[in-house]
Amino acid sequence: MPVDEMTERLHWFQLDRREFLKLCGGGLLVRLTGLRSDAQESGRSFSEHALPQEISAWLHIDEEGKTTVFTGKVEIGQNIRTSLAQLVAEELRVPFGFITMVMGDTDLVPWDMGTFGSRSTPTMGPQLRNMAAAARQVLVETAARRWNADPAALKAENGKVTDPKTGQSLSYGEITRGEKLMQTVAADPALTPAIEWKIAGKAIPKVDGRDFVTGKHQYPSDIFRPGMQFGKVLRPAGFHATLVSVDTNAAEKMPGVKVVRDGDFVGVVAPDAWMAEQALAAIQAKWNVPAQTSNQELFDYLRNHPQDGGPSEPHVTGSVEQAMTSAEVKLQQHYTVQYIAHAPLEPRAAVAEWSGDRPTVWTGTQRPFAVRDELAAAFRIPARNVRVIMPDMGSAYGGKHSGECAVEAARLAKAVGKPVKLVWTREEEFTWAYFRPAGWINIRSGANKDGKLIAWEHHNYNSGPSAINTPYDVANQIIQFHPAQSPLRQGSYRGLAATANHFARESHMDELAYAIGIDTLEFRLKNLSDPRLRTVFQAAADRFGWGKQKPVAGRGFGIAGGVEKGGHVATCVEVEVDSANKHVHLLRVVQAWESGAIVNPNGLRNQIEGALVQAIGGALFEAVQFKDGRILNPHFAQYRVPRFRDMPQIDVVLIDRKDLPSAGAGEIGIVGLAPAVSNAIFAATGKRLRDMPMAAGKDLMG
Amino acid sequence: LLSVLRNQLHLTGTKYGCGEGQCGACTVLINGAARRSCQMRVASATDADITTIEGLERNGTLHPVQQAFLVEEAFQCGYCTSGMILSATTLLRDHPQPTDQQIIEYMNGNLCRCGTYPRIVAAIRRAAEIQAKGGTSHAG
Repeated sequence: MPVDEMTERLHWFQLDRREFLKLCGGGLLVRLTGLRSDAQESGRSFSEHALPQEISAWLHIDEEGKTTVFTGKVEIGQNIRTSLAQLVAEELRVPFGFITMVMGDTDLVPWDMGTFGSRSTPTMGPQLRNMAAAARQVLVETAARRWNADPAALKAENGKVTDPKTGQSLSYGEITRGEKLMQTVAADPALTPAIEWKIAGKAIPKVDGRDFVTGKHQYPSDIFRPGMQFGKVLRPAGFHATLVSVDTNAAEKMPGVKVVRDGDFVGVVAPDAWMAEQALAAIQAKWNVPAQTSNQELFDYLRNHPQDGGPSEPHVTGSVEQAMTSAEVKLQQHYTVQYIAHAPLEPRAAVAEWSGDRPTVWTGTQRPFAVRDELAAAFRIPARNVRVIMPDMGSAYGGKHSGECAVEAARLAKAVGKPVKLVWTREEEFTWAYFRPAGWINIRSGANKDGKLIAWEHHNYNSGPSAINTPYDVANQIIQFHPAQSPLRQGSYRGLAATANHFARESHMDELAYAIGIDTLEFRLKNLSDPRLRTVFQAAADRFGWGKQKPVAGRGFGIAGGVEKGGHVATCVEVEVDSANKHVHLLRVVQAWESGAIVNPNGLRNQIEGALVQAIGGALFEAVQFKDGRILNPHFAQYRVPRFRDMPQIDVVLIDRKDLPSAGAGEIGIVGLAPAVSNAIFAATGKRLRDMPMAAGKDLMG
Repeated sequence: LLSVLRNQLHLTGTKYGCGEGQCGACTVLINGAARRSCQMRVASATDADITTIEGLERNGTLHPVQQAFLVEEAFQCGYCTSGMILSATTLLRDHPQPTDQQIIEYMNGNLCRCGTYPRIVAAIRRAAEIQAKGGTSHAG
């Protein structure tokens, strides 16, 4: 493996990156190139880039042996700052504490499409492992040259290269001292099998955990800059509104306040946050809001307003029509999901600061490079002039792909020539962000009395194509996604449409099992050959005691499961429905999970538990209410999210497949709960609920 | 009070989550009792003993509740954590061995959108154990 002097200019570096690497001094720099292309999904509302065939990550080992890994992925609570560092430490053969991750700073890290789609572990993980393995090889070869030894005879371990024959040993810092080594990695070096992992695969605590319990961690909304002012933006009276008139006189007279007007954009900047609020409140504006669709007619609207391109190409096998004529049991039902909000506890926030025509923006986003491009487009400046920095933020769940707040803060900062902080209010976050798509799903199915599934037709209007294909063995299928014109701004969300499609499919499987008269788990297993999905179904059922006991009166058991993005999940629940007031209690959840080799069991368990808790909201009570371009419930007092009192007993069963590649785990843990709850409510009451949320407000719907 | 803490005193461990007292991210201790700082006027806190998350650690030693949250890793993004810890210290001050019902009563106003509630409950139980074994409670 050739070792080059680090002499060439790294063309993808901008000024600050060069400065940064100068600061790095000597040592070893390894960069990764020529990765495999892998398309990702990010909701249909956002345009996508193709993954570039250039640099995807780099790693620097300084003369003290300290290793810095640069990646465009970001930490939003899913724990990849820890789990990716574990993978690097493992392949590099250094103690975990040697690794520092630099993430999501567009001037320091390689371009990345964004952190979504459960891609960090399956895609970035192997890339970083490749890099680390290559770095280790360079270190071994450099030591071998120094000792005139055969590199193959040397051993890398615990941050040192050792010659077992002579007993000589050099730390990585000693090897890189005085060197300027650069290695470009294109090939896939041999990686350490998960069965041999010593650092990866372990429940290593979150790297900066202490900063979170002491309040020290600085989130995007905590950033402070010298001379910083506070901004507010005037919001329209509804979606698609036009500004008729605006009177800003009173605001302008306030001391230190500046009003910024640019077309229909009106904002204020003030020396403190309170004054900015007062100034905004003093602005008198008239808006023209056009009449718009409401929840009442939502599903008719989605079915009758297709997007111009028409439905997507259907997935067709065999002949559903023919199979339906011979089917002994036939069923057709439709299912709906409402728009729901991500409601990350930290709303959108940004601090923008200009130096000439170069803005730097600290903001919470899953896609720092996309926000950089949004800023470049908004101000008609080259993207290389823009720096976006993403401090580990107060979560997102797919809800922070876009850069509205960053652009607004930058607009205000440009106008006043000072750094400006803008933090969206909860109401703004509930209104002007985007939502998980609502959807109407129709399923028609046929089976024989022996429990053999023979026909399956699934149409999803608007909510999305994720996990739309059935994992069950059915010879005759028509499966189709129908994009619609959405009355609300919609986009990505944890699991995307996988939740809606699983809700419909797994509810329908349950209905079909009842129609045939067969146990719902038995019916699933009878039509399922995917061994990994069978395993999680069996594991969840065993832990739950499925089939071993009968629920007491007023209670019911439900089961559901599925696979998407490499995550295999099965969920069993027990619910209690109060017959007098229809109040539904979720008592117990068992979820079995398998996503290949586990990188950090503690972090994984945390993600799976969190996905289950979040799923309770969408299943039972979350729904965005809207009418004529206004959100009617843009506050936590009206938009109910899961709280302590909603917690069931949760039991997560993790299956570690060290022989299989690690898949992402941030999303798919959410999909099994809603259909399992629906099935359990049916078991308890005989009433089938086909609309999410199932218990809006307090009680069961209908 | 929240704005003064965050923007003038730069005590940013206290968070804005909703501005309506519905999420608990802005929780501080006023004379040892958990209160929503977003709902308080500064004037009403004059002469009061205000403890924010930054003031819970003493001489480099974490408060038992902080220790327990760290050990149980009772957070994901951590944005709710300051408020959770402060609400939990008040719970344990009033009920050193809390029942499930008391935990819900004191904690239900604090939101964790990442869904770490089961771990937070485990952390509260652990903190109760630490305190019972003589770990110091110096809050409030």
